[in-house]
Amino acid sequence: MSGALSVTPPREPISLADLPRVGLARVVSVKGGDATSQRLRELGFTPGTEVDFVRRAPLAGPLVVQLRGYQLALRPAEACRVLIETPTGGQP
Amino acid sequence: MSEGPSPNIALVGSPNSGKTTLFNALTGLRAKTGNYPGVTVDRREGVFREGPHQVRLVDLPGTYSLHAISEDEAVSVQVLRGELEGVEAPDAIVVVADATTLERSLPMIAEVLLLGRPTLLALTMIDELKARGGDIDLFALKRELGVPVIGVVGNRGLGVADLREQLLDPASWTPSQNLPGGDTEARFAWADALLQRITRHPVSESRLTRRLDGLLLHPIFGGLIFLAFVTFFFQAIFTWAGPAMDAFAGALDQAADWTLVTLPESWATDLLADGVIRGVGSVVVFVPQIALLFALILFFEACGYMARAAFVVDRIMGWVGLEGRCFVALLSSYACALPGVMATRTIPSPKDRLATILVAPLATCSARLPVYALLISAFVPAAPVFGPITMQGLTLMGLYLLGAVSAILFAAIFKRGMLRGASLPFYMELPPYRFPSFSSLGLQVWRRVQIFLAKAGRVILVGSIALWFLLNFPTVEPPEGATEAGAAQFQIENSLAADMGRALEPVFGPLGYDWRINIGLIGSFAARELMVSTMAQVYAYEGGEEEVEGFADLLTRADPATGEPLMSAAAGFSLMVFFVYAMLCVSTIAVVRRETASWRWPLFQFGYMTAVAWVGAFVTYQIAS
Repeated sequence: MSGALSVTPPREPISLADLPRVGLARVVSVKGGDATSQRLRELGFTPGTEVDFVRRAPLAGPLVVQLRGYQLALRPAEACRVLIETPTGGQP
Repeated sequence: MSEGPSPNIALVGSPNSGKTTLFNALTGLRAKTGNYPGVTVDRREGVFREGPHQVRLVDLPGTYSLHAISEDEAVSVQVLRGELEGVEAPDAIVVVADATTLERSLPMIAEVLLLGRPTLLALTMIDELKARGGDIDLFALKRELGVPVIGVVGNRGLGVADLREQLLDPASWTPSQNLPGGDTEARFAWADALLQRITRHPVSESRLTRRLDGLLLHPIFGGLIFLAFVTFFFQAIFTWAGPAMDAFAGALDQAADWTLVTLPESWATDLLADGVIRGVGSVVVFVPQIALLFALILFFEACGYMARAAFVVDRIMGWVGLEGRCFVALLSSYACALPGVMATRTIPSPKDRLATILVAPLATCSARLPVYALLISAFVPAAPVFGPITMQGLTLMGLYLLGAVSAILFAAIFKRGMLRGASLPFYMELPPYRFPSFSSLGLQVWRRVQIFLAKAGRVILVGSIALWFLLNFPTVEPPEGATEAGAAQFQIENSLAADMGRALEPVFGPLGYDWRINIGLIGSFAARELMVSTMAQVYAYEGGEEEVEGFADLLTRADPATGEPLMSAAAGFSLMVFFVYAMLCVSTIAVVRRETASWRWPLFQFGYMTAVAWVGAFVTYQIAS
């Protein structure tokens, strides 16, 4: 997290699958318009929503995040549809 | 019946909102379960009376939004909109929401209010909200939404009386006109602004949950605890249910004997005692085990551990192509495939659910155990291998493993073949740990036991009556001077069942089975638990059914007519393998038919399992002999 304080120009958003273990992250958007993406929005992944890392199962297993006061487990395949921004941009 | 109006009210809410607990608190035993027409989605309806009035309640499947992506969500939405054929539109709606997660559920509440029907908001977990430092202005929420808002604690019955009273008069529940139209984003923006206005103090996270998850979801300890959980689960359903099952079995045996002694000697008495009472008995005996199984599943589900167990095994299940939640159904199948298949209802993806149903009967159900016990003690020496471990124990473990490995293998094959692709996204809420309501759990266990008795009971009763007729007709006169046992033997050798057993010899001959084993197979098709008792009749074994050793000893003795053993070791091993794979259970076929709403899948399942069983047993027989 060495770059946390440096001021840098806006960077490309990263995917929720690469959510850093510490620090702030906010949802930028959910990719796609199919039922899965729509459901992710309905679960609360709307722009500006804060997302916290809770834990990750070993061997690229599911990821648990905290958002809107509840915890949700997602597989990497679904998590990568959610784009997020962190103060350090694309360097988790 | 009541004179007053009888409003029809639908309960809707997200999974984990406490909706079912609230439904059970309101309706108690006056609820019934069934299916919605054409789909396999639970339909729970109940009534309650308040003075002269009667209210009908329907508990809709949990849904996160009104944009349904699964079958059960679609049913909820169609019922709410009054679009499901054969189901009348509700007069009013009760939205159930967890007070601690309003930030997520308010947008869906808005969606329901926008339907324009009389609506009431029931906020559950109010006690937990307070305990976690949260404080919401319910009056302000009521003002903003325009509908009554009632805080309840379903598992302790708090607020339920108040809610009952409100439910009598839904006409006055008029949603506000100032609700957000537009898309999901607009609804969440509205919800965030509304929460700002009504929240006096935000709810903090559950510290208990964070601490417990640190242990239960730990990469190493979490896995170990999960293994301990599975061991505990097995231990419980096999050993704790044992005494109750033995007591049931003993009582039914006595009832059958009493019938034989007390009623006049006739074929009707025999039918009643051996066909009806022992037939029903073979089903009722499983009730303690099934009730305990469901009690454990529902308890761990309600307190929050099942979601964690699914999280822990999700990666492993993912390799097979399934997801964590399929595990619970497979685990249950080790007691009996019926509850296992019924438990697949918690799997949201239809393809994952179907794959799980198709392999569930490969898990070694407890009805196979007596058959394995008989065959192993007849054909496997009790020689010690290592310490207390014997050849017999290892063989039994091998048969369990063969079933488990085959289930995984076939699930992988189906998911890579005809059931390829994820039709639903995988996401799973991890709710905070909560203490479940025992009365609600009791009601849910009772409903499942009812389904089991209705399904299995009918099939096995009919099967055992039919089997009795096949074994006892046509009636023949025993030869002069025959002993009682000899006469019974002579009767069976000349019965319809023996004819059928002989007719099956070309099919099962290559597996090493003679007509006597074939009769046992016919019996076990009605229910595997009838295999041992049928074989005991066919081989004219005089000892009690519990005396496995004696019967096993008899099987290896030489047939006086041929000098060959009654059953060869090769045939015994072949029979073990056949039982690992064969779908010898009409009740399972009936339940799969019910759960998949078609004959296609149960027939496919029967076909593939029988084919594998035949080939497996054939290879075993050829190698062993």
